[in-house]
Amino acid sequence: MTVSIEDQAALRPHAENAFADELAALAAQDDRPRPARWRLSPWAVATYLLGGTLPDGTVISPKYVGPRRIVEVAVTTLATDRALLLLGVPGTAKTWVSEHLAAAVSGDSTLLVQGTAGTPEEAIRYGWNYAQLLAHGPSRNALVPSPIMRAMAEGMTARVEELTRIPADVQDTLITILSEKTLPIAELGEEVQAVRGFNLIATANDRDRGVNDLSSALRRRFNTVVLPLPESVEAEVDIVSRRVEQVGRSLELPAVPDGVDEIRRVVTVFRELRDGVTTDGRTKVKSPSGTLSTAEAISVVTNGLALSTHFGDGMLRPSDVAAGILGAVVRDPAADRVVWQEYLEAVVRERDGWKDFYRACREVSA
Amino acid sequence: MSGPLLLGVRHHGPGSARAVRRALEAAGPAAVLVEGPPEADALVELAADDDMRPPVALLAHVVDEPGKSAFWPFAEFSPEWVAIDWALRHGVPVRFIDLPAAHTLAMRARPPRPGRTDPIGALAEVAGYDDPERWWEDVVEHREGEAFTALGEAMAALREAHEAHEAHQAHETQEAHKACETHKACEIQECPGDSVDPDTGWNAVDDHDLVREAYMRLQVRAARREFGDDVAVVCGAWHVPALRRRTTVAADRALLKGLPKAKVDMTWVPWTHRRLARAGGYGAGIESPGWYRHLFEVPDRPVERWLTKVAGLLREEGRIVSSAHVIEAVRLADTLAALRGRPLAGLGETTDAVRAVLCEGSDVPLALIHDRLVVGDVLGEVPEAAPAVPLQRDLSRTQRSLRLKPAALEKELDLDLRGDTDAARSRLLHRLRLLGVHWGEPADSARGSTGTFRETWRLRWEPELSVRVAEAGVWGTTVLGAATARAESDAVAAEALTDVTALAERCLLAGLPDALPTVMRVLADRAALDADVGHLAQALPALVRSLRYGDVRGTDTGALAEVAAGLAERVFVGLPPACAGLDADAATQMRGHVDAVHAAVALLEETGLRERWRTVLRSLAVREGTAGEVRGRCARLLLDEGELADDETARLMGLALSPGTPPAEAAAWIEGFVGGGSGGGLLLVHDERLLALVDGWLMEVSPDAFTDVLPLLRRTFSAYDAGVRRTLGELVRRGPAASGAATALTGIPHGFAEELNPARADAVVPVVRMLLGAGAGAGAGAGVAA
Repeated sequence: MTVSIEDQAALRPHAENAFADELAALAAQDDRPRPARWRLSPWAVATYLLGGTLPDGTVISPKYVGPRRIVEVAVTTLATDRALLLLGVPGTAKTWVSEHLAAAVSGDSTLLVQGTAGTPEEAIRYGWNYAQLLAHGPSRNALVPSPIMRAMAEGMTARVEELTRIPADVQDTLITILSEKTLPIAELGEEVQAVRGFNLIATANDRDRGVNDLSSALRRRFNTVVLPLPESVEAEVDIVSRRVEQVGRSLELPAVPDGVDEIRRVVTVFRELRDGVTTDGRTKVKSPSGTLSTAEAISVVTNGLALSTHFGDGMLRPSDVAAGILGAVVRDPAADRVVWQEYLEAVVRERDGWKDFYRACREVSA
Repeated sequence: MSGPLLLGVRHHGPGSARAVRRALEAAGPAAVLVEGPPEADALVELAADDDMRPPVALLAHVVDEPGKSAFWPFAEFSPEWVAIDWALRHGVPVRFIDLPAAHTLAMRARPPRPGRTDPIGALAEVAGYDDPERWWEDVVEHREGEAFTALGEAMAALREAHEAHEAHQAHETQEAHKACETHKACEIQECPGDSVDPDTGWNAVDDHDLVREAYMRLQVRAARREFGDDVAVVCGAWHVPALRRRTTVAADRALLKGLPKAKVDMTWVPWTHRRLARAGGYGAGIESPGWYRHLFEVPDRPVERWLTKVAGLLREEGRIVSSAHVIEAVRLADTLAALRGRPLAGLGETTDAVRAVLCEGSDVPLALIHDRLVVGDVLGEVPEAAPAVPLQRDLSRTQRSLRLKPAALEKELDLDLRGDTDAARSRLLHRLRLLGVHWGEPADSARGSTGTFRETWRLRWEPELSVRVAEAGVWGTTVLGAATARAESDAVAAEALTDVTALAERCLLAGLPDALPTVMRVLADRAALDADVGHLAQALPALVRSLRYGDVRGTDTGALAEVAAGLAERVFVGLPPACAGLDADAATQMRGHVDAVHAAVALLEETGLRERWRTVLRSLAVREGTAGEVRGRCARLLLDEGELADDETARLMGLALSPGTPPAEAAAWIEGFVGGGSGGGLLLVHDERLLALVDGWLMEVSPDAFTDVLPLLRRTFSAYDAGVRRTLGELVRRGPAASGAATALTGIPHGFAEELNPARADAVVPVVRMLLGAGAGAGAGAGVAA
């Protein structure tokens, strides 16, 4: 459980604490039917995530900015007691959405299993308190339940982060839990049956899925929702510049007066390569093997800022970001280099006002 | 019954269609009046024909101008179609009551289309729906009960609001005019009020609708005189209040006075779901005809049946979809509908459910489902008794004006494209070929002429070609329009890059400039996404050829040149990496690509490209890891271009043939450099230094390796003419050192005496005369290359 020290705010409070007021206001106003052990009705959960104004004037801040459809499908999935799988490239707020969903549905976002390459079966099923086990033999007292086991027993929402990083044999333990809704404890000849209200939200990265791809048996137990990248250039430029400013401040880089143009350029290049088509929709381009997520755009710009501060004239110039872009785009030296060169020749060279950038890129790619 | 039964519908709405059928069954009217052109009254019987299968459309066109036409599409779920079908089945007369096409077409107005003024959208907005289609689905399509009365009232309220809005607008216009008068600089033409209102999208001047409604009222009156009050009217919901309104005959007649008129022909043509779905042009703008058809067809449980259908499609495509999946999808769709406060899951909910459950969040299979099911591949059929389509008329007219009679007997036709008539004939035949009407097949000229201004065709008109023409009628009303539409559609559907380039060529031959932009766009897209340089290299020559051919025909080929240049750029970028790590066969193929690109680039106008191509060749020629054959070939091309100094050539060859290079690789280099029909043998004959290099290398090849390279070398050298081979042999036998010394000493080439031998010289004179064309020169091969 959370250990909270009185009078000392946590560095990052849990969603259900940070937004306790909004959740309470929603619960008070919510007169729609709620599934068993849900704190809110599905409609109120969707409102909590998407934001809105309640009849009494309480303003609910949007937690997720993106298509309404996605949140609706996610909430509905949980209401039909199907497990939910949130897919997306890194930096698309999968964890964020899963935390807020759990907070709104069950009022508790802490029943969490962090998936890693070393996640053992015990983290999903149960472990043993060996002192107890040796002293008193196997019993419920010696059992250390996993967050999922607790969620099953109490009818809560459990979360599994980075499902595809978990080894395949450990993933498979989820199958029984999700299909039979029961967790046998062979050592005691008992089982824990999930009570109504139990559900599971998993997140996974769909780009480098090679890690431990889900078996189709497991996949079948999930409804999948793909979280998309930001919809428009403006939205993405906004996210990137805001984030760059935050990062820059913590690194104590000076604010750059004229950086927005370069940021827009980086975002444009990333979007075009990612989408495989130029922003005017007239020319198709090949996509490289890398992800080119918003997070990477942020890192390219931050890098460029550091370069310009320490080695340049303090202004963000094309040459400062060119090397970073090249590094982000060309992950596979053979195939991606062709993609990048084609893009340079076919798109960048022709574009008005991009001459400096073209030259800078030619210099670093040569 | 006190008056006509007014059934206001949404065009192509399956719920409306069902409601109409129920209302007709219940009322059993004496006549059915349908919104549509009255010229079609004579054709309506055909709708009951066994061979008539919707989707079909009524097509009206001006007699002398088939290009000027209008369509009234009907799907089996269209309320109008249901009404016609019911009437014909029950022997009840059907009348079309809309403004005659003769007027509509003469007024040059667009064909009457539902939703121009968007009443449904306004109602949906009032009801809090962002999407009018969804609102309609919830209120009408998903409802079993009677909606006509309520809908009519809603429409009446809307029309009042609309008219008030218009009055307001007129007022504002006056204000604006006043403002204009005060500001003299402002131009009157730019005053608001007589253009489309941007807020609502409503056309502020709806005279056309008023005229149509006046005509409908007159028709309804006439029908009531003929059949009594017991008639049913099926029309767009928007018109219901207008038909209910009491006006005088005189007032209606006054509105119709002085309408222009054109001579119009009418027929049935087959239609497709895709065309129903297309928003612009002749489409009805329904986004999901397949879904509507499903709603209309299924007896019950539409969502379950739909998702089962989707699962079936996905299984056909090899995705694993179990019944459990379908069950979960149905549950998700139903719960989503509940969350969104809808009475029944609609297309939006089922699509979301399919995406989350059946497609694992991916949009790729979803696109397939949209294409195959939501839109669907349904093609209508029309009985043979239907009057000829305008395409046929246009064809006959063109045939007459070009004096090209269709005849069953095969005949050969030689065309000289410099003449206008012949050029037009050629274009016609090419267009027909594009449309799948193979009246003429290109043939080899009997005269053996190969000039680009000549074409030979073999013509033969088979009876079934008329059927083909009728089928091609869906593409358009004139041969030109249909061929353009067909070419565009083919381009989008084409799979391989070369198909698209071939299509571009055909567009030029057929003189379809309007199709070119689409074809070029598709071509550019395909080229951008094709990762195989081989494909690009194959496509380039055809494109360059069309470019030059277009020049001959005086077509504007600017776009083509741009695409060709873009394609060339991509080849330049992609070629060097593609030439690395190739096996022998792939290298030979790649050499062919290099040759083809080289020839094509030489023909391109833009000289900057040639410069860049030389850079590519140069980098290929020296790049480690590039296949030997390709490297040799590049060196040779550069040499032929005069880009390599002699020393440089020798250096490259020396590098390629140095002992460090594996013998097989070196042999491949030689094949690339002097192999094939490129006159490489003569090069060796004349440049003894190169020959010496080859010779020297061959001497140093170890016995084992020699056996390995022998087949390749044999292939290279056996392709030479016997004479060249012999000379080479002699040169090698004499040894490079000796010949070099001899030439250096005397300045006289080997094989020549110091003085002229007149007798031997005379002996070759006849041959030289023949070569120079002074004698009977035809057929003398110009086998001597540079």
